[in-house]
Amino acid sequence: MGFEKFLFYVFAIVLIFAAVRVITVRNSVHAALFLVLAFFNSAALWMLLQAEFLAITLVLVYVGAVMVLFLFVVMMLDINLAPLREGFIKYLPVGAAVGLIIVVEMGLVEVHSRLFAAEQYHLIQQPAGYSNTKVLGEALYTVYVYPFEIAAVILLVAIIAAIALTMRKRPETTKYQDPAQQVLVKRGDRIRLVKMPAEKKL
Amino acid sequence: MKAIRSLQHYVKSFTLWELLLGLRVTGRYLFAKKFTVQYPEERVPKSPRFRGLHALRRYPNGEERCIACKLCEAVCPALAITIESEEREDGSRRTTRYDIDLFKCIYCGFCEEACPVDSIVLTRFNDYHMANRSESVMTREMLPAMGDDPVDALKDSRPWPSIMNKEMLLAMGERFEAEIAADRAADAPYR
Amino acid sequence: METILTLTLILAKIVAIVAPLMLAVAYLTYAERKIIGYMQVRIGPNRVGPKGWLQPIADAVKLMVKEIIIPSGANRFLFILAPILSIGPALAAWAVIPFGKGMVLANLDAGLLYLLALTSLGVYGVIISGWASNSKYAFLGAMRSAAQIVSYEIAMGFALVGVLMAAGSLNLQDIVLKQQGGLLHWFWLPLLPLFVVYFIAGVAETNRAPFDVAEGESEIVAGFHVEYSGMTFAVFFLAEYANMVLISALASTLFLGGWLSPFEGIPVLGEPGLIWFVLKMAIFLFLFLWFRATFPRYRYDQIMRLGWKVFIPVTLVWIGVLGLAILFRVGPWFA
Repeated sequence: MGFEKFLFYVFAIVLIFAAVRVITVRNSVHAALFLVLAFFNSAALWMLLQAEFLAITLVLVYVGAVMVLFLFVVMMLDINLAPLREGFIKYLPVGAAVGLIIVVEMGLVEVHSRLFAAEQYHLIQQPAGYSNTKVLGEALYTVYVYPFEIAAVILLVAIIAAIALTMRKRPETTKYQDPAQQVLVKRGDRIRLVKMPAEKKL
Repeated sequence: MKAIRSLQHYVKSFTLWELLLGLRVTGRYLFAKKFTVQYPEERVPKSPRFRGLHALRRYPNGEERCIACKLCEAVCPALAITIESEEREDGSRRTTRYDIDLFKCIYCGFCEEACPVDSIVLTRFNDYHMANRSESVMTREMLPAMGDDPVDALKDSRPWPSIMNKEMLLAMGERFEAEIAADRAADAPYR
Repeated sequence: METILTLTLILAKIVAIVAPLMLAVAYLTYAERKIIGYMQVRIGPNRVGPKGWLQPIADAVKLMVKEIIIPSGANRFLFILAPILSIGPALAAWAVIPFGKGMVLANLDAGLLYLLALTSLGVYGVIISGWASNSKYAFLGAMRSAAQIVSYEIAMGFALVGVLMAAGSLNLQDIVLKQQGGLLHWFWLPLLPLFVVYFIAGVAETNRAPFDVAEGESEIVAGFHVEYSGMTFAVFFLAEYANMVLISALASTLFLGGWLSPFEGIPVLGEPGLIWFVLKMAIFLFLFLWFRATFPRYRYDQIMRLGWKVFIPVTLVWIGVLGLAILFRVGPWFA
């Protein structure tokens, strides 16, 4: 067993542990932090697969931005856990069914690759100068350029939709500060310097 | 006119002009002569009206000035002064106890103003510290802690008691009598 | 056997980077107090050791022997974890900084991306400390800091996109080598707006004045680290200053040609590159301190406005300009 294999098992075990904790832990902030841990370990696994671009992007986007905003929201919530747990039995069948489907699908993928493409299990060792960032970029902007652009447009629509849905029209009388106007103010607009003769001594 | 002004504003804000002006000011002060006074080696002059640590004065013949009239005790807004008095053998009224609690004292100088015989005064001596609230009982042996020079007293770093008793106040008066007298004389024309 | 040898070698390299860094951080605090003191017409610390040289050591000893107080109602584990999370990324980022040709711990191909990822992780220390302290002030500080760091990261990321367009590589060593040819060949000139945006966003990312609303001692006491004392506070302090050094190192690597000498071609002045690198970092660190001595704190909504409505458009426009410049092979940079 090589060092890499050992690392793989370490990361994999921590990943599974963290993933399980995400759904079992009571405190939602802890759950979010376990999710961060899970992301980290999956990034480490990708790193072992020499997908460094993807690994770092995972950390950058999910850990660095998405989870921060998640935590931001979760921390401000004051959740009473008891009513949340009430529906547990009621929703159990649906949840179990979804879980089962996922397990079966993953199993099918596994069986498929075992039966038809066993050699995929050997890691492709790339030559030293190989940059998977560059290859990924080329693939995205040539072969997959349309899906890529469409995904971008969908995301943009989602952003605009989210803003449109949450924008509330406040009554006309609401007063706003406009920083752009505020920084435009010059000293001369507000202050008049007056020169006066000193008072005569009595 | 408005367009010119907003253009001006844009040019100014994108060249960070105002920020650079600010940086220039602090940049200049980086090389300016420093004002710092290296206390305690260097000291700024003090006013003759400075209100530091208390002292009880004596007349030139060595007689205590204090006649235990208790005006200072009465006027003290912080109730920091405690006086007990008795008749001395020669029939004059004198204090047997004169304590000032330095934790209570606010150094307002009312006691000095109230004193009819210029006995209680506030000296210029101000660098002392108290480390122990319980050390309120003063004995004569503790007196040398003050040292001859206030700077020595500071370096000595032996704690002062929080309550100054009569002996200590009189010792303060003896130590700084020359300075106290000079200060009172200097301030006299304005009273 | 060979694995152990490599591991020791890597460990030795890490120590060789971290030990001087810690020393630099310690004396950066001294420099800060001295320089800000001088700008305020004071003379700063001068009592501990000759000219106050031992002041940082005294501070460090003081903080080490002080008690670590954990507030009641705080989450013990996260409370202790938070300072570690804030210093971890600040130190880990140094792995990809090249100190000279070939002088780099990990010559990562996606180095720039790695740096961006790590600088974005620093916010966890702040957020977790704010939440775990069970204190309103700490929580407010953490919220402000999180929003601020996430916003400025975008502008920072765009500035770095400009750098990678100009260099055509994510590898920091390649980026430096691309800037060869003296002062005017460095990226600060073609990327001037991005350079300015990057440095200002860097100041905001490290929560330094004038963007120090996360600490804001006059409004929320000390923000996210109000409840911290002793060594845990010291670690936050170290992290903040290590981040400052890191941002300075990055700015000099990406925009001022890293270890390259401005007098390239003149043999004596060009060597060794490390001196030039340290000198460039020192300039940026001085700027950090100069800013702190000069500018009053930004109002929070103005910080957000600056990040979203000024910096991001500026970087976007300049990325477009840069694209055209590269297309038409302008100047000595993109020829």
